[in-house]
Amino acid sequence: MGELWSPILLTLELASITTAVLLLVGTPIAWWLAWSEQRWKEIVATIVALPLVLPPTVLGFYLLIALGPNGLGGWFGWLTGARTFAFTFEGLVFGSVIYSLPFVVQPIRNAFEAMGRRPLEVAATLRASPWDRFFSVALPLALPGFLTGAVLGFAHTVGEFGVVLMIGGNIPGETKVLSTAIYDFVETLRWREAHILSALMLVFSFAVILLVSILGRRSPRGDAS
Amino acid sequence: MSDRIKIALDGRLGNFNLNVDLALPMRGISALFGPSGCGKTSILRSVAGLNRIPGTIQVGGETWQNHTVFLPTHRRPIGYVFQEASLFPHLSVRQNLLYGAKRTRSPGVIRFDDVAELLGLGRLIDRSPANLSGGERQRVAIGRALLSQPSLLLMDEPLSALDRQAKDEILPYFEALHTGLKIPILFVTHDIAEVERLADHLVLLREGKAVASGPLNEVLSAPDSPLFARSDFAAVLGGRVERIDPDGIATVQSDNMRLLVLGDRLQPGEPVRVRIAASDVSIARSRAADSSILNALPVRIIRIDDIGAHETSLLLDPGNGTGLFRARISRRSAMRLALREGEDVIAQIKSVSIVANR
Repeated sequence: MGELWSPILLTLELASITTAVLLLVGTPIAWWLAWSEQRWKEIVATIVALPLVLPPTVLGFYLLIALGPNGLGGWFGWLTGARTFAFTFEGLVFGSVIYSLPFVVQPIRNAFEAMGRRPLEVAATLRASPWDRFFSVALPLALPGFLTGAVLGFAHTVGEFGVVLMIGGNIPGETKVLSTAIYDFVETLRWREAHILSALMLVFSFAVILLVSILGRRSPRGDAS
Repeated sequence: MSDRIKIALDGRLGNFNLNVDLALPMRGISALFGPSGCGKTSILRSVAGLNRIPGTIQVGGETWQNHTVFLPTHRRPIGYVFQEASLFPHLSVRQNLLYGAKRTRSPGVIRFDDVAELLGLGRLIDRSPANLSGGERQRVAIGRALLSQPSLLLMDEPLSALDRQAKDEILPYFEALHTGLKIPILFVTHDIAEVERLADHLVLLREGKAVASGPLNEVLSAPDSPLFARSDFAAVLGGRVERIDPDGIATVQSDNMRLLVLGDRLQPGEPVRVRIAASDVSIARSRAADSSILNALPVRIIRIDDIGAHETSLLLDPGNGTGLFRARISRRSAMRLALREGEDVIAQIKSVSIVANR
């Protein structure tokens, strides 16, 4: 059973950490994209959206180079003693954050834009500082967007395969996640295990899509005036 | 100048330049009046720090903006009422009301209970903003602004999103605000009826420039006022109810005129504001003994302006140059009476209405 549980737990750990990082990184990006009047912001939006269309192997290839001895791995290697970030759990988190970024940034940006500037202006005229405005007004009003982004980011990370294959290396307990485990089981003709994991993923995916559409239906409580 | 609100702005705004230099009183209601797109909302937003147009803004001796200073909105002791109430939908009415109150550093001279009483919020306190009518929402928004203890209240067409009924419901609260609180109010509107009813000081704006600025009737009835050509032009005069006769006719003393009005709900001694519509004033050479018109006053014509091809507006002085009002008559009537500037005539006022109890 350890062979089944290890990839499941690793996947959940990866997806949880990735989602937390995504919310921390994605929120300021979404905020900037929603409010900035810079003309080149759509360029940034496009870069963020690239993983939507880029083949995961291409993304994985560049990440492999970025994480390797000539990239981040080389710069920060002295901290960890490793020569490379590729084929590590940390590298996998980094890759997943890039890969799932658009799934988190887009819903949060949309929620900010749907909310509009007005509630923030009102809060400012009522003495709320910028941070105060964010936590007391923007966060609660954009909450459905945050939830949708978190669920999508989590689910997308759980389902990633190509990028993991390129930068993960499929090391049990370190980088062997669900999707690569299923691939392995099929390669080695262990259909029972492949069936179990695949069925779990099917149920999980169904639940995620249902959850997202329920969150989307419950639109932000709009001011009718 | 520390008892003034100084707004001097000069900058580009859409298709035209906003260029104003205003000094407004630190008391009463000052109305910024003009057609949409004239820059009135931009001025208000600049005072709030929501827009940044180069210039100087000083309120009661404190500088909020000049070439080196720009106080961010949340540091300015203002209350801002937007066109739509913009209540926070995730908070209850009470939480909305207390949002600014909790954050302000100004000493709390405006008390929660007083505001709730003044604006009739008692029954609404524990409801959700979604369950309020448009008028109720706007009252909550005003209360919310007041409870942040502002030293200047800014209102951007607070009535224009409301229907007639909601407007009638909320206007008395504005008057209560005016008499009950000592906070100066800057009020943006494109509705002359709101100006007549509420404003003490009037600023006329056109394409980013201030055409006139001064006490209400001085601006309305200024010889060069661009307003007289409006078909609904009226003079608005302050006065006091002198007495009420048993037949319901009240005598109102205004400047040096004594006007008779239907005084249904008036009290002797009460200050009122009377409106004389130019189209309700006709001119006679002599006092008609057999007329139904109650108000016939000797006046001097101080100016004659043509309106279009067929009508004429006369600026009339009932005495010593104050309390001016206008008459709008046909060109044919003006010709037949051979009216000239400087002549003394009788103004017959068909109706004088009370626009506000002050």
